[in-house]
Amino acid sequence: MNLSPVLLDDIIQVAYFLAALLFILGLKRMSSPKGARGGIVWAGVGMLVATLITFLYPGMHNFGLMLAGILLGGIAAWWSGRRVAMTAMPQMVALYNGMGGGAAAAIAAAELLHPEGLGAAARTLAVIGALIGTVSFSGSLIAFAKLQGLINKSLRFKGQQLLNGLVFLLALAHGVGMVLGHGGSGAVIAFFALSLLFGVLMTVPIGGADMPVVISLYNAFTGLAVAFEGFVLQNPAMIIAGMVVGSAGTLLTQLMAKAMNRSIGNVLFSNFGETSAATGEVAGSMKPIDAADAGVMMAYGSKVIIVPGYGMAVAQAQHKVWELTKLLQDRGVSVKFAIHPVAGRMPGHMNVLLAEAGVPYDIIADLDEINPEFPNADVALIIGANDVVNPDARERKDSPIYGMPILDADKAKNVIVIKRGQGRGFSGIENALFYRDNTRMLYGDGQEAVARLIQGIKTLD
Amino acid sequence: MLAGFTGYEVISRVPVILHTPLMSGSNFVHGIVLVGAMVALGQANGPVEQVIGFIGVALAAGNAVGGYVVTERMLEMFKVSGKGKP
Repeated sequence: MNLSPVLLDDIIQVAYFLAALLFILGLKRMSSPKGARGGIVWAGVGMLVATLITFLYPGMHNFGLMLAGILLGGIAAWWSGRRVAMTAMPQMVALYNGMGGGAAAAIAAAELLHPEGLGAAARTLAVIGALIGTVSFSGSLIAFAKLQGLINKSLRFKGQQLLNGLVFLLALAHGVGMVLGHGGSGAVIAFFALSLLFGVLMTVPIGGADMPVVISLYNAFTGLAVAFEGFVLQNPAMIIAGMVVGSAGTLLTQLMAKAMNRSIGNVLFSNFGETSAATGEVAGSMKPIDAADAGVMMAYGSKVIIVPGYGMAVAQAQHKVWELTKLLQDRGVSVKFAIHPVAGRMPGHMNVLLAEAGVPYDIIADLDEINPEFPNADVALIIGANDVVNPDARERKDSPIYGMPILDADKAKNVIVIKRGQGRGFSGIENALFYRDNTRMLYGDGQEAVARLIQGIKTLD
Repeated sequence: MLAGFTGYEVISRVPVILHTPLMSGSNFVHGIVLVGAMVALGQANGPVEQVIGFIGVALAAGNAVGGYVVTERMLEMFKVSGKGKP
């Protein structure tokens, strides 16, 4: 092309700003259910513009490798993203997020290997971004492995915090060394190895129930890392998009932590679930019910509130649940869904699954809306949820989940719990709700148990 | 700073039901790191830097494409459910 270099540079800068603008508008549209779909398309256009214009960047070579990299990463992600089941969404998000963090770290590595061109400020930003990005990378991979079930145990040992702190300080020391310009490639390698290790160590002790918060946190981390590398490369699209994601992610993380009544620090550094197992002894016994009786109870009630949890997602029961709902609605029963802010493995996970099954979102209520309604409900049907309906959180000060906001399902006239067995919830504590006088247990796989309920109600006519 | 504030603004008014798509959406947005990775690879000299740059580009492309596909699939469902509404 015959464009002068100055003009070309202007065009590139304008394109980057345009892309950033599209991202922000896209995210903004995603904040209402109606515009949400358009939002991602806008952001997608922004990404396309930014990517294409980058090919015009002056002084570039290695285009072949570049295309190969894009194709390799893109096709692998497209393929896996299409195939993954809705229930596995959280770990996919964690995986893609980790890739972003890794990419930010790779940029920093490439820049830090020839630090001559960088000033002290740029080196500082590159190092900070590299640290955050690398931690996000290895941490997200661990989070992915945990949610995918590849790692089941939360590894904890004595002096863990001390070791983590030590590794972090060592990584930091190498980082400072690189900023001051003492680092050869040996220091760069040691720095990244230590940062990777820190990400792993930091994530390994965190229990599965806290993973949503952690993923959201790493999402914010990657955003920040991208912004820092954006400063190094003087790239406005990266700076703006990274900052938006960083702050939005931080806020989202706070919202989630608040929903569990814990601070972010508490999630990261306390050994939740380990010490608590012993405190859950509850008097009374679990009383089973068969599906026919449970069906009658719901069919002749006037108000039923369904509380879905991760168990419903695992059993793929959402379609059956919606069928049950329609059946009850036809009989004049008012049905509502109560969603706890941390139900499932990501905030809003349940909403997505219910939406997939076709449940309209106006009968889906969140915690604050639905809690006053439980005392009027004839039946609270709990499908695969556990800790989020444990009244211990309200009543027992010594319970590890004390103070966590819960759904007051125990206040309904009758409670029916669909559950696979008598095991405990994700936090590993006993659920007092299951022993209440107004609670009946319907054992079975979520989908099959709901199918039996539907059968039971159909035979009433 | 302005961008940070915008991010805060955007998300503070989002209903809980959209948190998952939003998290996944913002996950897609930081796929913009692809641009930086391309520049890093484009200016790379020598095999080591080329390998690092290549890894960066591949990872970033995975982030961007995967983030888009997953978010799009999630939001697709909201569209379907919206039609069912009276």
